[in-house]
Amino acid sequence: MAAVMPAPAASRLLMSGNEAVARAVWEAGVKVAAAYPGTPATEMLEVLSTYPDVYAEWSVNEKVSLEVAIGAAYAGSRAFCCMKHVGMNVASDALMTLTLTGVIGGLVIAIADDVGLSSSQNEQDSRYWGRFAHVPVFEPADSQEAYAMTLAAYTLSEKFQVPVILRMTTRINHVKGLVTVGERLSRVGAGFQKDPSRFVMVPGNAGKRIPLMFQRDKALRAEAEQSAWNVIEPGSDRRVGFITSGPAYMHVKEVFPDAPVLKLGLSWPLPFEKCRELAALADQVVVVEEVEPLVETELKAQGIALLGKEILPLQGELAPPVLKPAVARLLGEPVEEAGPVVRPAQIFPRPPTMCVACPHLGVYYTLSQVRNLNIAGDIGCYTLGAGHPWQAMDTCVSMGASMGVALGMDKGRGESDKDKRIVAVIGDSTFLHMGMQGLLDMVYNKANVTVMLLDNRAVGMTGGQDNPGNGRDIYGEEAPRVDFAKLVEALGVKKERIHVVNPYELPTLFKTIREEVKVPDVSVIITDQPCVLIKDYHKLKPFEVIEDKCTGCGNCLDVGCPAIHVTRRAKEVKPSGREVDLAFVRIESSVCTGCTLCVQPCAPGAIVHYAPVSPIKLVSKEGCSA
Amino acid sequence: MSKVTNILVVGIGGQGVMTATEILAEAAIALGHDAKKTEVAGMAQRGGVVSSHLRFGPRVLSPQIAPGTADVLLAFEAAEGLRWQHMLRPGAIALVNDSRFVPPIVELGLFDYPADPVADMKAAGTQVVAFDATTIAQGLGDIRLGNTVMLGAIADHLPFGADELLACVLKRFQRKGEKMVALNRQAFAAGRAAVGEAQAATA
Repeated sequence: MAAVMPAPAASRLLMSGNEAVARAVWEAGVKVAAAYPGTPATEMLEVLSTYPDVYAEWSVNEKVSLEVAIGAAYAGSRAFCCMKHVGMNVASDALMTLTLTGVIGGLVIAIADDVGLSSSQNEQDSRYWGRFAHVPVFEPADSQEAYAMTLAAYTLSEKFQVPVILRMTTRINHVKGLVTVGERLSRVGAGFQKDPSRFVMVPGNAGKRIPLMFQRDKALRAEAEQSAWNVIEPGSDRRVGFITSGPAYMHVKEVFPDAPVLKLGLSWPLPFEKCRELAALADQVVVVEEVEPLVETELKAQGIALLGKEILPLQGELAPPVLKPAVARLLGEPVEEAGPVVRPAQIFPRPPTMCVACPHLGVYYTLSQVRNLNIAGDIGCYTLGAGHPWQAMDTCVSMGASMGVALGMDKGRGESDKDKRIVAVIGDSTFLHMGMQGLLDMVYNKANVTVMLLDNRAVGMTGGQDNPGNGRDIYGEEAPRVDFAKLVEALGVKKERIHVVNPYELPTLFKTIREEVKVPDVSVIITDQPCVLIKDYHKLKPFEVIEDKCTGCGNCLDVGCPAIHVTRRAKEVKPSGREVDLAFVRIESSVCTGCTLCVQPCAPGAIVHYAPVSPIKLVSKEGCSA
Repeated sequence: MSKVTNILVVGIGGQGVMTATEILAEAAIALGHDAKKTEVAGMAQRGGVVSSHLRFGPRVLSPQIAPGTADVLLAFEAAEGLRWQHMLRPGAIALVNDSRFVPPIVELGLFDYPADPVADMKAAGTQVVAFDATTIAQGLGDIRLGNTVMLGAIADHLPFGADELLACVLKRFQRKGEKMVALNRQAFAAGRAAVGEAQAATA
């Protein structure tokens, strides 16, 4: 993305939490910002890349992004990195030693917890990283706070020479609210000053840094005790007082506007004395925190009498419909039936679908036609292959896990799967993120696994971001492009076991998969057509169904393209006496892009070009050898 | 207690639900309101369910609309209107685009699409105004105008005037030339008229 003129200072803007953080990072004079895309964190770096005078990069994974930020902070510049909650697991190795060296330039790590699992494989509470790594944690409650706390986090980071975590949740990252913005600070870093006792963390040096970290904890706790971010609102209805943070604060204020509240903005280290002060104001205290009982457990250990997860759920958001009845029950009040007069309708679910003409459709259609497979999957759009109609993915754990899981399935075969073929499915960006090491492990340990490497030249699920596999950087400018065939060959996969296949050519794809799963070795089948949502994709002439020719066999429906619709259903009794369900179809030609995936399995030739026929043109295979 | 208006906009990923809500938010802010807009995005962009919450008033705290408290439901698709009707407060109105987007999961025969979602809503006691925004947009020559038709549809059901909303809609198309501005003005008027006529017909 090209840099644009940022809105002038004092503008009042409608911003998501992500946009607000990006603005504050720019204003803080940050020089280096790095991230790997991940919902709901992605937009922070995307937006930052549109600001001038800040270096932004898509890193290959979260650990590398944090290390890039560490280097910049060691050099005295302000640095930023952001990630979704599971990204912090990957980056944590660096964090746990970074806390010993500390920083010179301010370093803020924004972590987006997907509370409510809108787009993640688990639900984690990243506040624990603050306690685990002995670093302070800010928790904004809306966009304005996300903006202001980011600026405050840089000040705190430099005051204590400590990295600071900004803990966000989906309900902060993706909520838009009004933000009043300011000026960019002009800031030049001092440059890297060599100091091995501080920056070379060998045992002798690290051991001397640990007591300093504990001293810093004490100073930070004193800071939290008198921080303006930790505020007591005395209230007037003293029956229940609340200790809360983040979006939960807004829910508490919505439901109990008159109750005493301690709002924790700088929530780690916990200000114990302020918590005691709040407790003294109310007959009972409830800790309202998303999602784990971190504050609750710490305060109970301090001997403060309070309730938390005894009355509130350990999962999901603590929005008013959850909070209100829980507290009403505590007070022995009738649980108000403020709820709906109309019951929620019992209708079909509408899960996310793959896009019309998605190249993954060809892969999953084919995998669903090959028998006797156990398929280890991975994280991306292609995880949807586990769903209907393909059901061609059997596991999904973490980024890059398909490699190791497939190897383990191969080596750990039980009686029922001794003749099964093991397949791993992984996308291009996931492979570069954390899959390469797993593939190397497979080769080194002589696995019998067929790897499907789906190269669609984009980080699809998060919106088609660029990555080292597509030859463009975050600014859309040309960058060196990984050659996947050469890469996997360098990792030790035999050249004859590497195939680059067009996923729209079903017969070739089918033949290649069927042959490779029979070979007791590591094979890699690379599919090479781009995501339909990025500019590399070129639409072709759409198709339609000749109604009279359609026999209702439903083969095209097994492809799973959302452009195919059933017009009528019928039943037919075969000569054998077996009853068969028929589904006659039409194609929504206005959205069809002519990929031909439904044409190929159509036996009666009922699918024809909507417009006059022209030769099918698919994008070239440039950049892929083999 | 200060009055907060709750508007729920629902549909399917890719229909422009989030943009429509953002324009509504801009209109509310232009009138001096505080506003918060929230939805669960992410995977929803891929043909999944999208529900976008807009709350505006003197001060907005929680961004989410609780079930049974929405003042208006604007549904971009018929079954999605049915899916979210329980969010409306008693007596509030649902404005529903009565066109259907049938997902693969239904085409595969795993679930049924309701025979008449709007009738189901009425049977449940919901006050519904149904109109065909998709056909209206096609009639104006571009299905993408559906978004503006939907905004026209809600224009007379807001605590502020339709002109405020129209100004915010047109601002989005200013850079695309006079022709686009004129088309969107037409689409907005058509959406407004469609709801007015549908209401008159049932009155």
